[in-house]
Amino acid sequence: MIEVSVRHRRGAFALDADFAAAGRITALFGRSGSGKSTLVDVIAGLVRPDHGRVVVDGVTLLDTEARVRVPVHRRRIGYVFQEARLMPHLSVRQNLLFGRFFARHRSGGPSLDAVADLLGIAPLLERRPAGLSGGERQRVAIGRALLARPRLLLMDEPLSALDAARKAEILPYVARLRDEARVPIVYVSHAVAEVARLADTVVVLDCGRVAACGPAAEVLRRDALFPGRDTGETGALLPLRVAAHDDAFGLTHLDGAAGRLTVPRLSLPPGSSLRVRVRARDVLVAREAPRGLSARNVLPGTVVAVTPGEGAHARVEIACGEAVLVAQVTRLAAHELSLAPGLPVVAIVKSVAFDEETMGVVEI
Amino acid sequence: MATLASLLPGLAVAYLLARREFRGRALLDGLVHLPLILPPVVTGYLLLLAFGRRGWFGPALAELGIVFSFRWTGAALACAVMGFPLMVRAMRLSFEAVDTKLEQAAGTLGAAPAAVFLVVTLPLALPGILAGAVLAFAKAMGEFGATITFVSNIPGETQTLPAAIYTLTQVPGGEAGALRLTLVSVALSMAALIASEWLARRAKARLGA
Repeated sequence: MIEVSVRHRRGAFALDADFAAAGRITALFGRSGSGKSTLVDVIAGLVRPDHGRVVVDGVTLLDTEARVRVPVHRRRIGYVFQEARLMPHLSVRQNLLFGRFFARHRSGGPSLDAVADLLGIAPLLERRPAGLSGGERQRVAIGRALLARPRLLLMDEPLSALDAARKAEILPYVARLRDEARVPIVYVSHAVAEVARLADTVVVLDCGRVAACGPAAEVLRRDALFPGRDTGETGALLPLRVAAHDDAFGLTHLDGAAGRLTVPRLSLPPGSSLRVRVRARDVLVAREAPRGLSARNVLPGTVVAVTPGEGAHARVEIACGEAVLVAQVTRLAAHELSLAPGLPVVAIVKSVAFDEETMGVVEI
Repeated sequence: MATLASLLPGLAVAYLLARREFRGRALLDGLVHLPLILPPVVTGYLLLLAFGRRGWFGPALAELGIVFSFRWTGAALACAVMGFPLMVRAMRLSFEAVDTKLEQAAGTLGAAPAAVFLVVTLPLALPGILAGAVLAFAKAMGEFGATITFVSNIPGETQTLPAAIYTLTQVPGGEAGALRLTLVSVALSMAALIASEWLARRAKARLGA
């Protein structure tokens, strides 16, 4: 459980944010300049806010009212920075054990071997940071933070300095961290794909204020990630299970509460669970099931809400079984189809709309 | 001796000037650099005023058993004061070159500020610190004016190398001795330079650069 409340002013920028989150991974989402990094710096103790309170798992780390301010090095908050910030004069092994040395009087936490295995850095232990690739450095930085026996791990856009291939290399490790290391994580990001894949709780920051806060699926369904903009980037976040593969056509069938989805072939064994983001702009709505259609995913459901946007768009929420899909359609279409709550419709998604960006190949 | 004694205060002052904002910072900066600008004889005379037998601090220090005037300790003090600005300049630059982001990272890993200094800042600034020490050593080797003013030129007690060479050139038949000492001076300077070069390179190699 993390409770943060901060009021801080620096020049023209004012941060005024309150949130509480209980998930394993809390994502802080927002555009650059929205105050995400300042907020994590306050949690870590690197920035002293004018007013603030930070409580992690019942331990008060900062309370300006009560004049409590635990110094950075006693907070036990691991911090993975945008750039790895490894010590250039130490080997990978020494870097990894840096925090462990200062945490040697506490017990618990994974061993060096376990962390090296988890992050795939065992072969690098005797190397120096200068000889590592960006992705390798970032993994060492994650390991170093974990080994310091933190009560909370802060990750400030740990993937932003990496190219797409390196991102794909690290993301599964972050997911394993969430599932195996059992350290709560605050993950700062401005990438929807990362948030959709990893987060349980999402806190959306806009101009220094909390614009939305809640469970990831709910925040994405309300399209609250981009305050004031209809992006159609977000929509339903569905937990699904691999049912079967269709090798002849290179497809994979996924089962979940919404019904069966057919997507391009995944390299996961049947039975694996995964998270899939169905972007609102990829969903079509029809009054009745059309015939001779190329789209493979036709899901019957009932309209539960129609929310007109500012411009030409409207968001239509459709309950399909237990799950809710979101479609972004024009307001004109919503009008002509007389979409209204209670109306039975079908939601249609092209199989090829599912790509690396939307498929949480990461297991949950 | 002078170099060793001034190493710790040098580090402290350099670190203060590089990292801290405080009142009197400009004053400290000025004081440290004064011996670089002042004529050495003036510095020596000020030292005499301050630490001489009847100086401002001389009698008090003498009661503690510390006497500078006309002793080798005084020569060491003069050399240290003269070498100090060079040392502090080099060290300060190397402290400023250490990335504060690394120090922050060390803090989040549980290192208290003193530990951060010892295991992060100091090792990373080492090449510059060595360079500063060598500069101060070279300055001490060449020190003449301040020493001769402060503690005179007593062979075996307060005589620096240049002072000895100067004395020898003033007496008939001293040329051979002067030449010998000149060679010693050259050899010592070369050795110091090579040693610092080697240490700095080793420190750099450890950074993997």
